[in-house]
Amino acid sequence: MSKAKSIPLFLLRLLALGATVCATIVMVTSHESTKVLNMTFEAKYSDSPTFKYFLVVNAVASGYSLIILFLSSKNLTWQLVLVSDLVITSLLISSLSAALGVSQVAKKGNLHAGWLPICGQVPKFCDHVAGALVSELIAAIFYFLLLLNSLHNTLDLLTLQA
Amino acid sequence: MAQQAAKNPEVPTRELKGWVIPLLRLFAFSAFVSATVVMALNKQTKAFVVATIGSNPIKATVTAKFQHTPAFVFFVVANSVASMHNLLILAIQSIGRKYDFKGNRFAVIAISDMLTVALVSGGASGAAFMGYLGRKGNSHARWNKICDKFDTFCDHGAGAMIASFIGLVLLIIVNVISIIKLQNRSTANCSVVP
Repeated sequence: MSKAKSIPLFLLRLLALGATVCATIVMVTSHESTKVLNMTFEAKYSDSPTFKYFLVVNAVASGYSLIILFLSSKNLTWQLVLVSDLVITSLLISSLSAALGVSQVAKKGNLHAGWLPICGQVPKFCDHVAGALVSELIAAIFYFLLLLNSLHNTLDLLTLQA
Repeated sequence: MAQQAAKNPEVPTRELKGWVIPLLRLFAFSAFVSATVVMALNKQTKAFVVATIGSNPIKATVTAKFQHTPAFVFFVVANSVASMHNLLILAIQSIGRKYDFKGNRFAVIAISDMLTVALVSGGASGAAFMGYLGRKGNSHARWNKICDKFDTFCDHGAGAMIASFIGLVLLIIVNVISIIKLQNRSTANCSVVP
């Protein structure tokens, strides 16, 4: 089954690639250090393994999108694309959820565990990370739409019989 | 279903038995149910000596519950939704043989399976990283680890997360196999329910 790649689908994949690349770059450049009295508070993305996981997953998803963009539609078997799309989408959503969980603790704290919020000391870092998370959310939506498209290409949903 | 495959020479003879997919789905359902139940009942109370006045130690009772962490709440919700979804699909596929639905119900099952995979991956991974934070702490943010004091709480949480990840993998396998089986059936133009 050779389905030609139409322009809107190409654009969708390009947008998804752009969103994951944007999330990667914004997370990498998040860095802030402030001085309060004599103490230095420094916040980087590498302080938290969750943000490192976020970065790795986004880089992998960007590379995957790049590869799929530049493979011609004759070399692709849509079943393989479906499986890898499913795995990449679930990885993206998992990285988003993990980063959101840690950011929520950073912003509100967890008084039961004795964890104080840190966003009061490094507000620009928090906003920067929030930007990366928003971009990641948009990327996750695009990737889910692409997953539905791969499903349509394997099953031909519009002419499915019982 | 297997007899029709044997009679029809165009269908490939290497067909899955009819009970493989529902069995895997049953395993995934049990994994999600156990993850939900174990995390929902996750609670540990411990008494700490806060100060000593003279010879009387003053104890403070601290409770660790799953509701204290929003990531664990989302974990419980996502796993319960996934277990309900699996139960519903199992019921549809066991009872639905007698009814004659239109053709797009299998596509609906495939799409809702993908939605559930996304939801559960979010829930399990969020809880996993919060558990990692509880186990190791974060020295840069001055967040102390809590698992050395609440070890049963952490162990139960870890067990629930492992069950959820196993259910997630099984659900991905079920989804992919059912889509490929659906593709073979639609190209062979049979009209049999799975």
